Amino acid sequence: MLLLSGWKNIIKIIKLAYLTVLLLFASQLFAADGKLIATPGVSQVEGSAGGGLVPWAQLAGYASQDEVAANVFCSQAKVDDFRLRSCGAQLNLYDRVELSLAHQTFRVDALDTDIEQRIFGAKVRLYGDLVYSPWPMVSLGMQYKHLDDNDVAKALNAKDSSGTDWYLAASKLHLGAVAGYNLFWNITARYTDANELGLLGFGGPGENKEVQWESSAAIFFSRELAVGVEYRQKPDNLNLDEDDWADIFVAWIPNKDISVTAAWLDLGSIAGSDDQHGLYLSLTGYF
Amino acid sequence: MVKRFSIYIVMAVLLLGCAHNQQQTLFDKLGGHDGLTNIVNGLIKQIAKDKQIFHYFEDTRISRFRTHLVDHFCAITDGPCEYTGDTMTDIHTGMKISESDFNRLVDLLIKAMELQNIPHPVQNQLLARLAPLRSQIIYI
Repeated sequence: MLLLSGWKNIIKIIKLAYLTVLLLFASQLFAADGKLIATPGVSQVEGSAGGGLVPWAQLAGYASQDEVAANVFCSQAKVDDFRLRSCGAQLNLYDRVELSLAHQTFRVDALDTDIEQRIFGAKVRLYGDLVYSPWPMVSLGMQYKHLDDNDVAKALNAKDSSGTDWYLAASKLHLGAVAGYNLFWNITARYTDANELGLLGFGGPGENKEVQWESSAAIFFSRELAVGVEYRQKPDNLNLDEDDWADIFVAWIPNKDISVTAAWLDLGSIAGSDDQHGLYLSLTGYF
Repeated sequence: MVKRFSIYIVMAVLLLGCAHNQQQTLFDKLGGHDGLTNIVNGLIKQIAKDKQIFHYFEDTRISRFRTHLVDHFCAITDGPCEYTGDTMTDIHTGMKISESDFNRLVDLLIKAMELQNIPHPVQNQLLARLAPLRSQIIYI
């Protein structure tokens, strides 16, 4: 058994290495680079362009309004009693529409089980440009989420095994605003009934969709390096004292082909396990 | 929950908190007239070898372009100059400059400033003065 899982891991690593090499080649061939470096943001855990936790108004990738861009990402969050992996891809059509797919695997140590969820996202830019427009950039987005297996969600009295989040996001980058350093901020209002991103199902006894607020702020210490914080309000439909989420992140964007984000997470109580802290690491490749 | 939220707000405010005082003009910080001339010369060199946007400049008289761009930068950075060239709209009408090509020029300007060792915060301050002009330059 041990030997078998060892082999599985090796095959996984080979697959990942192969994908990485393929991407590096592809990114050299098709790179859309019509935006300024770092301005598309990185990838958030549900697959949309954003920070780590919060979807931002920017559309994924470096496509300007005359270009198309595609990106892939993989992220892992490891806190005390859980682990979340999220991998997927985004397509940016003429910096007007973003389409995204994400596959999440949520490891629950206590139950020795994996909960898997698929997410399809779409985002439309309604107004503005992150850097140049006088008012903040505004986008409207949705995330359709579907649990592969809803045993855990059902056991916790969640109403549904799939659901759709709607969000309105506003973002702005202020050039040289803080002692000459660029300041980024974002506010997102999300209409949702997803429990822990939907991994614990949707809705609960007598609970319906509500608006939850999410926000991010960051300072760019150079063109390549941003340090910021995020906050994400969450519903508590299952009466499990579901907490709001927060993180402190460092994003490194060495060029328009790749970004690496590391964060320290404070996820509070998850499904009755208190004080879930840990680390987050995310990679996005742009081409 | 309120307590946790306020901790993150305080951290966000601390990030913004590095207060600064501004006595020198931006023109001074960029090295005055000589500094701007070096940046513009560097920019011209970058443009000359750039496949994406060189074609916009094929018929440009370089000496005139250099003088006017230095004057323009000098004027918008609170330097002792008056810009006497044509308006941004007049210059760029008919050129149909795309968003992508505009950002390419910004990339080259950043590179030119890097080569002159202009500090990152000072670079951003020049970019902030130039950014509002974009609507008078692209897609016209």
